[in-house]
Amino acid sequence: MLPIEHYLFLSLALFIIGVIGVVTRRNVIVVLMSIELILNAVNINLVAFSRLYGDVSGQVFALFIIADAAAEAAVGLGIIIAFFRNRETVLADEMDLLKW
Amino acid sequence: MNAALQATLEFLKLYWGPLLCGVAVVAILPLIVGYIVLVERKIMADMQARLGPMRVGPHGLLQPIADAVKLLIKEDIIPENADKLVFWLAPVLSVGAGLLSLAGLAIGPAFQIAQDINIGILFVVGISALGIFGIVLGGWASNSHYSLMGALRSSAQLVSYETAAGMALVSALLFTGTLNIKSIVEAQSKEGIWFVLLAPVAFFTYLVASIAETNRAPFDLPEAESELVAGYMTEFSGFRWSLYFLAEYTNMIVVASVATTLFLGGWLRPFSGVPWLNFLDFVPPLLLSAIGAYCVLRMPKQPTRVQQLFMLAVAGLCFVVALVLAAPVVLPVIKPSLRAAVAPFYAGIHGGFWFIFKVSLYIYFFMWLRFTIPRYRFDQLMRLGWHFLIPLSIINVLLVGVALIAGAYFHLQGWGLLLVTTPAAVIALVAAFLILAVEKEHDARQEQTAASDFYAG
Amino acid sequence: MLDKVLFYFFAGIAVASAVLMVTRRNVVHSAIFLITALLATAGIFLQLRAEFLFIVQIILYVGGIMVLFVFVIMLVNLDVALQQIQFARQKWVALIVALALAGQVGVMFWTSGKMPGQGLPVLTAAAAEHLPPNSEAVAKSLFSTYLLPFEIASVLLLVAMIGAVVMAKKRT
Repeated sequence: MLPIEHYLFLSLALFIIGVIGVVTRRNVIVVLMSIELILNAVNINLVAFSRLYGDVSGQVFALFIIADAAAEAAVGLGIIIAFFRNRETVLADEMDLLKW
Repeated sequence: MNAALQATLEFLKLYWGPLLCGVAVVAILPLIVGYIVLVERKIMADMQARLGPMRVGPHGLLQPIADAVKLLIKEDIIPENADKLVFWLAPVLSVGAGLLSLAGLAIGPAFQIAQDINIGILFVVGISALGIFGIVLGGWASNSHYSLMGALRSSAQLVSYETAAGMALVSALLFTGTLNIKSIVEAQSKEGIWFVLLAPVAFFTYLVASIAETNRAPFDLPEAESELVAGYMTEFSGFRWSLYFLAEYTNMIVVASVATTLFLGGWLRPFSGVPWLNFLDFVPPLLLSAIGAYCVLRMPKQPTRVQQLFMLAVAGLCFVVALVLAAPVVLPVIKPSLRAAVAPFYAGIHGGFWFIFKVSLYIYFFMWLRFTIPRYRFDQLMRLGWHFLIPLSIINVLLVGVALIAGAYFHLQGWGLLLVTTPAAVIALVAAFLILAVEKEHDARQEQTAASDFYAG
Repeated sequence: MLDKVLFYFFAGIAVASAVLMVTRRNVVHSAIFLITALLATAGIFLQLRAEFLFIVQIILYVGGIMVLFVFVIMLVNLDVALQQIQFARQKWVALIVALALAGQVGVMFWTSGKMPGQGLPVLTAAAAEHLPPNSEAVAKSLFSTYLLPFEIASVLLLVAMIGAVVMAKKRT
């Protein structure tokens, strides 16, 4: 295993790129994909520390995060499909009315 | 720079074996797949009372080479407005996933490209699931409605049957307690009974699910010629199409190998632990000698000289292989001191023979089904997957778990486990059929009152 | 040495794919680059000797979640969306704030353990040969210490499945 800083910087890089994707892109599907990238960055962090301390709890937690990401992606994409059926758009700027 | 060179040399020294095997497999596999296609066409012909390819080469044996040359020199057509990057990438993904999952399989106790992966079976199943992207992206990149529909249907089918296949594998893995491929076969050797007898429902589920996983008939609606031309493969011509074709047959080999490893005892001889049945060791060389003798007998009946010579050549090949198979079993009989020296050769060569034999049986069953049963309509296909196979496989996992606990409580082992697992299998089948019957009744009642149901949509 | 090469290889692919994913105009290309980023992350897990998580990442994330994404992208594919502006109006402010956050956390990572008098022990990981078999260790932990979160996760997945099905159904 390399010194822990390598994994921390990799995780930070992916996290920041994910954050930039979430706050910058207009297409909500790309926003959802950037959220998945953020979750992956956190997973890398957890698994690196789990290897450092020799404790498998980090990997178990990463497993739960993956399961949670699956649930969140399913629900989020369901919402996008339902919204697309009504308003024919996937751009976040145009989803600006609570009820029409 | 020196360090990088040193690192590369160190890597090569450690892993030269697997690398060489990998390169060999990638080089030879297209040839093997070509001949599997020829065998399929010959079997199809036999079941349809005709002869099959006979022109190209003696008995049509050069047909795959002619097909390969034709595919390679065909014009590479890319549809207008197709996404070039994805159009190039899709067949590569399919073939890559299939070949990578081949690396995790073990043909004999010593023949494994990726040696001793801790997560063996899961690796093979997981990587072969990556082939879905090749299908979906290929259909999308073709920029054609029918391709996209075929791709979405095909990938929906693959995803639906993956769960059932996975649960079926879990039921069989409950007996082994490990995912390592060598340990799975060793567990079957230790128990003395193949898992197909201990978990028949799981084997049946995996059989059906694997037919759907590889898009073979009767589940080949997405690529049937009378339905969507060729589904996601329509717009791919020449070499790209041959990559998809290669991917499909590689997937067939992979699922057959997984089923053989997990259910049919891998590289074990039937009744491998029983010493008084050791005469079964002589079956492989005798079988091949019989085939060779049959070829020699049929030689005078061949119409042309070329075919006569060819029959002799095939007979010679059979006898050579029979000799290679006979050596590790005959030598210890003649000279008992050689038994220990010959043992790894026996395990390797005979193990390889039995493994390839079982995989061939499984693939023959695929081909047999293809030419026997009519195609499933897409909604019937989805209903079979979701409403029958998934409940069946999940109930089977539960019941096999209960059966194992009961078996441990009564200290049953090996063939004794059949006492607990057979009732479990019967109850699982009955439960799944009951669920299906209840649903059919519910559907029949719903059709009568369709207008009043909000979610009937 | 092999560890280093593998890490830089996978890390390079991950970061490059992530950057490409966030900047593509075509959503299907973004999805493909996310797939490569996820595969590279799985490679990092493998390099960290977390083989169970490696294969779970491939089966669940790449083979499940990304297939779902690609399906939905094809369902909501709009040609007109390709010609519109891809980045929101707040992009420069967002970029500056995100880079400031990156700088802060980066400095923290860089200086942790290097400042005198912190009193934290310097840890080294166990050698790879002394690790217990990974799948069994994860399974033991999952079914004994973390049994309750495991059950809650299954309820969560059930709820998400029902929710997604209800939301995506067509209203008659």
